[in-house]
Amino acid sequence: MFRFVLIRFGRAFVTIIAVMTFAFVVLRLSGDPAAVIMGPDAPIEAVNAFRAAWGLDQPVWVQYVAYIQAIFTGDFGVSMRGQSPALDLVVERIPATLELTLPALLLQLAIGIPAGIYAALHRDSAIDRGVILGAVMGFTIPSFVMGLVLVLVFAVTLGWLPSGGDATWQHAILPVIAMSVGGIGILARFSRSAMIEVMGQPYIRTASAKGVTWGSVVRGHALPNAAVPIVTIVGFMVGSLLAGAVVVETIFSWPGIGRLLIVSVTNRDLAVVQCILLLVAAVMVVSNLVVDLLYGWLDPRLRGHAAH
Amino acid sequence: MALTDIAAAPAVRRPGLTTRLRRLVPWSVAFGMVWLGATLFVAVFADWLRPYSITQMDLMARLVPPLTPGHLLGTDELGRDVLSRLIQSVQVSFVIAFGATILSAVFGTTLGFLAARFRGLAEHIVIMLADFQAALPFLIMSLAVLAFFGSSMVLLVALMGFYGWERYARIARGLAISAGAQGYAAAVVQLGGTPARVYLKHILPNVASTLIVSMTLTFPEIILMESGLSFLGLGVQPPETSLGNMIGFGREYLTTAPWIMLAPAVVISLTTLSISLVGDWLRDKLDPTIR
Repeated sequence: MFRFVLIRFGRAFVTIIAVMTFAFVVLRLSGDPAAVIMGPDAPIEAVNAFRAAWGLDQPVWVQYVAYIQAIFTGDFGVSMRGQSPALDLVVERIPATLELTLPALLLQLAIGIPAGIYAALHRDSAIDRGVILGAVMGFTIPSFVMGLVLVLVFAVTLGWLPSGGDATWQHAILPVIAMSVGGIGILARFSRSAMIEVMGQPYIRTASAKGVTWGSVVRGHALPNAAVPIVTIVGFMVGSLLAGAVVVETIFSWPGIGRLLIVSVTNRDLAVVQCILLLVAAVMVVSNLVVDLLYGWLDPRLRGHAAH
Repeated sequence: MALTDIAAAPAVRRPGLTTRLRRLVPWSVAFGMVWLGATLFVAVFADWLRPYSITQMDLMARLVPPLTPGHLLGTDELGRDVLSRLIQSVQVSFVIAFGATILSAVFGTTLGFLAARFRGLAEHIVIMLADFQAALPFLIMSLAVLAFFGSSMVLLVALMGFYGWERYARIARGLAISAGAQGYAAAVVQLGGTPARVYLKHILPNVASTLIVSMTLTFPEIILMESGLSFLGLGVQPPETSLGNMIGFGREYLTTAPWIMLAPAVVISLTTLSISLVGDWLRDKLDPTIR
């Protein structure tokens, strides 16, 4: 078990380094930040002073080492426009993004999984067909279309809910719905097929044949086995939630990380973009790590396999 | 008498063409096929179908609602015809998605084959790259790249061409390794076939159906990704137009002229829905191992 955890941590670490290198390479390949920030008409002395101030006049590998060192000491650079540390700018936006992503994730889990499992257990019924159709529509309608239609219906036409901002809890309702619909569809569909797969296994037939009641077969035999693939897909969905936050926060003028990313990308505020990139990668790596560790807990076979 | 019997008998026993078709293809899949055929037609013949140029402004007829004579889907804030822009957008979005899907399939499959051929270090590097790709939500990675390089059409297609490559790489690697263990690949090697010949002429045709199924998965996702980026103002740039870009600009007129945004929104949703429906059905038909 210790070895299993150690290998997972090692892979997570390598991935983080890879993302950092990616950010660095893209950053340096993309042209001269000094020229972009200062504008084409800036005097050459001012541009040179800017380069020296940001270390842009050093050889690339010196910059790379300094960059990696700085990140590991918690220094993500200074926002080139705001003049405040990039990390502070990003950290103060985290709660706003969590206010949307956590309820959205909970909604996805609370609706998607039961709907999928119910559909699988009542295969080919009207409800099953309804769940499939709803699920396919849920994940094929892009979140920005969903968000705008929600605004059009509930804010503009009916006037029930506000269309943007974050003043009250009512402001969060539409963004959370827009963010969760796609994931509910994906989870419902995936849980359904995972459950159908499990229900077709010989051990389910064996359990039924020796007289275990249907409810106990589902609870004791089918659900634990369907849990492993479902946990996998939930791990992947954390990433799409973060991507969804970018779009949805933009539509609803929600002051979270996603909006900060778009504003920083538009302004080419490289330090902030980089900081968000690393934060997202860290969240993804941690969630994959949690999924991997959950496997070990859910499925004793994997635990034994990984240790050898 | 005999003639009428012969003519009448099969008509009773054999179901009609529509019934047979409906048994073969569920109505939802049939709808998807018809819609995709229509959008494909529009994409190919966009230049002939457009009633107006996409930049032609009619300042006397700004924000005209749909069903106005001459402007079937209305006009936008500059008096440009929404239908013409929609037709052009379908073409642009499809061209990007097609180009990117092919790029991603070729790139991913090549890396997968290289990993299978050389194993060892090459394989580790490919797997590490795939892990990296999976660790970063693609939208966020694309935003970072576009932030650093600025948006251009070439960069956009190239970037979208990285979407989903890791899926092909994994499939191609796995299938090539198992194909390599089978007799036919070894036989070609024994006969003196070069590795390129073994992989391209013998292994590739054997794994192609699975790769094509993955392409039907990637294609709608690329359309969604491109329209998402264009919606955020970082994909296709004006004066060129795409479905996401239309929605992004139409958003500002949500209260006064919702049709600018609704027309492309409906097209995107129906297109990705249709590809999903048809793709699922094809997958069930072609490859029962994938669910």
